[in-house]
Amino acid sequence: MAKVTVDGIEIEVPNGATVLQACEAAAKEIPRFCYHERLSVAGNCRMCLVEVEKAPKPVASCAYPVADGMKVFTDSPMVRNARRNVMEFLLINHPLDCPICDQGGECDLQDQATAYGGQGGRYREEKRAVKDKYLGPLVKTIMNRCIQCTRCVRFATEVAGVPELGATGRGEDMQIGTYVEKALTTELSGNLIDICPVGALTSRPYAYVARPWELRKTDSIDVLDATGTNIRVDTRGPEVVRILPRVNDDVNEEWMADRGRFAFDGLKRQRLDRPWVRKDGKLRQASWEEAFAVISEKMQGLKGDQVGAIAGDLVDAESAFALRALMRGLSSANTDCRQDGAAIDTSRRDFYLFNTGIAGIEEADALVIIGSNPRKEAPVLNARIRKRWASGALKVAHIGPKGLDLTYNTEHLGEGPAAIAGLMDGSLGFAETLKAASKPMVIVGRAALARPDGAAVLAAAWDLANAFGGLTPEWHGFNVLHLFGGQVGALDAGFVPGEGGRDVAGMLQGGLEALWLLGADNIEASAIPAGTFVVYQGHHGGKAAARADVILPGAAYTEKEGTYVSTEGRVQRGRLALFPPGEAKEDWRIIRAAGAALDVALDFDTLDALRERMVAFNPIFGAVDGRMAGGCADTAGPQAGGALGEAAFTLPISDYWLADAVSRASETMAQCSRIYNDPAPRLAAE
Amino acid sequence: MSAPQHQEPVSFAFDEESEAQIVKILKRYPETKKASGVIPLLYVVQKQMGRQTGSAWVPRVAMDQVALRLGMAPIRVYEVASFYFMFNTKPIGRHHLQVCGTTPCWLRGSDEVLRACKDAGRLKGYGDTSEDGLFTLTEVECLGACVNAPILQVDDDYYEDLDYDSAVKLIEALKRGERPEPGSAKGRLCSAPEGGPETLLDIPLAEEK
Repeated sequence: MAKVTVDGIEIEVPNGATVLQACEAAAKEIPRFCYHERLSVAGNCRMCLVEVEKAPKPVASCAYPVADGMKVFTDSPMVRNARRNVMEFLLINHPLDCPICDQGGECDLQDQATAYGGQGGRYREEKRAVKDKYLGPLVKTIMNRCIQCTRCVRFATEVAGVPELGATGRGEDMQIGTYVEKALTTELSGNLIDICPVGALTSRPYAYVARPWELRKTDSIDVLDATGTNIRVDTRGPEVVRILPRVNDDVNEEWMADRGRFAFDGLKRQRLDRPWVRKDGKLRQASWEEAFAVISEKMQGLKGDQVGAIAGDLVDAESAFALRALMRGLSSANTDCRQDGAAIDTSRRDFYLFNTGIAGIEEADALVIIGSNPRKEAPVLNARIRKRWASGALKVAHIGPKGLDLTYNTEHLGEGPAAIAGLMDGSLGFAETLKAASKPMVIVGRAALARPDGAAVLAAAWDLANAFGGLTPEWHGFNVLHLFGGQVGALDAGFVPGEGGRDVAGMLQGGLEALWLLGADNIEASAIPAGTFVVYQGHHGGKAAARADVILPGAAYTEKEGTYVSTEGRVQRGRLALFPPGEAKEDWRIIRAAGAALDVALDFDTLDALRERMVAFNPIFGAVDGRMAGGCADTAGPQAGGALGEAAFTLPISDYWLADAVSRASETMAQCSRIYNDPAPRLAAE
Repeated sequence: MSAPQHQEPVSFAFDEESEAQIVKILKRYPETKKASGVIPLLYVVQKQMGRQTGSAWVPRVAMDQVALRLGMAPIRVYEVASFYFMFNTKPIGRHHLQVCGTTPCWLRGSDEVLRACKDAGRLKGYGDTSEDGLFTLTEVECLGACVNAPILQVDDDYYEDLDYDSAVKLIEALKRGERPEPGSAKGRLCSAPEGGPETLLDIPLAEEK
């Protein structure tokens, strides 16, 4: 530890810390542009100058290591003068277009120019002009505004793992760009907008939409992947105008995946905003009373095993729990939330969670990925794996399709389950790495469980983690990577077949008189047996909605208070940012009302009462924002159920941009899909 | 000034001579730090293009090849190649006339050298390539040979102590396909005084002792 005095305040900081960190520890604000705590230090903006006793010149605090006994001054005349002049230089080529700049009001340059700048510029010559670059359909560039802090270059290279951005040319001709014009091939491009301290990189969908002070900000949770990214939903009037990540070091740090960030325009389109009832073979608009009357007419009196319910991927745990209660009230055990048919063993929670935890990845030293492409399935989690890999401490191997670009080096072990056996018997070289590892990890993709031999894959993955010391009281190295934010919550809410109940495949085989689909939009209409009475409850009309006999309009994740459980088992609350459109209602209320129509006594009338029931059912719902961390208490694995097959693993997300109901309705995502799936890269500037 | 359009070659492959040079260059760096060889390799590319096409420049496809060879991202090579003026990212003429315009050369008459290049090479000015494709004219910063100012660097060779006439003579020789001996146009040895020694005359030379 080094003792440093900052403006007379004595503090201790670790050796090797920078002067800037010392100043922050002393609660002194240091202005900066190029410095970002999650990126490497560049030291090129010079805004963070401070005075250090006995140093002849001001020093750039972000790149200057502390020394014992150092005296730092952050507010001396020298510092103020230096900052004022640095600011004057930064503004020389910066256009005065704040009134039409989307960054206006939340711009580091604007704020710091006010706080640390001088009275005005003395520069009377021509400003330089830089051609705007094309970085893809999400990031808009106005390169005149760039102050060349190189944060975006470092982010792309270090965090996103796509070294495609660079600073070409020199001196006054230096430009940030890709040199060859093309869309950035990353699922994390939206973060470039956040880290840009000026208005050079802004959001294309948000261009000229709103000013920050017009927005109502609601903290919530992203459900479009299973990472559980903490988000802030910005609304103006009756619509979401943008979604930004919140800082949560245990989950997403401060990053966010593009689909979660930009798919929100899908919340306005193709919505189910009023009940529909099928009359004479045609869906017709109806009132809630009519809809419930039809449900009550068709479903009352049915035997328990003639009724079933399937929950989708984006449902909140409350509605899954409520629907389960309704089904049990109808004495039906036919409930399932695994539309993909994944062979998930719910007998123990750690059989279906990402037990290591996202932050736990930073302790792992060997990783085997089975049948998953985390880059497409959970981009932010993948960035965490990359972070650990880049530190040099993690070796990664994957089993699945060849030629996967995960943004870090992986050893390809094979395409099918045979490779798992190869690791177990030591015939594959990576087994040595696993043996030498003290904290090995196994990630098995959800799609690897959604195959005929899924149960065997699950058991084999567990055994693999166990065999190489991945399951100890201190360390839990077995991980299932889910795909969407509602999947784990529904499992935790017990939305699986009860005693003698049927699973999804069983329900679709026939014999059901009535089927309730709660946001289950991956069910093909043709898969539902003719004659089955189908209730579709959800916010977007998926494939199954067209087959429904009654459609009940529900709320999307931004429109309701909901509990979501991430793939690592973290229970988090999404909040209502705006009301559902038209006559749509919160889903648990719809189910409660359906219970009344069907004469099923549901013992909750308020959200609080429902949540109390949920905690009583599964105490994990009481631990909001937390997760059951820790090692593996019992190494006994899930039930094997059959032998491993031969078939190669396939990946579940073929088109990242259109992977869920919300993004399939989004124009932005459709455009991304067009551009990124175009085999010929776009070379021309816009 | 709008950048002239140029045709990028579709592909680039190192020839035998280049491969031999690359082997030599890469020996200088440890395997994990071989990206350090980016500048020498870009020179190898530029030389090969000069040999093969008569225009010593670095096309983008060649930068991609360098990146591949050194295990680095292509953009990192683009950054280096576009940073240094010594790499031509656009095609140039057969001979690259580089006039030093920094103060010592300018005081010693670099304007005359420039005029000679324009007249004899039929060039409009800096950045221009002659219509016959023989010359490209560039202004460069100090070449570090101020004692022999003014300097005209032709490709890799320094021609020193120039004036208008000697520069014209040099360019006419280049046009004929000759390659005059580099060095001082006034015939002095390195930077020795013109017309023989002027100081320390009283100290006898070794052979006279």
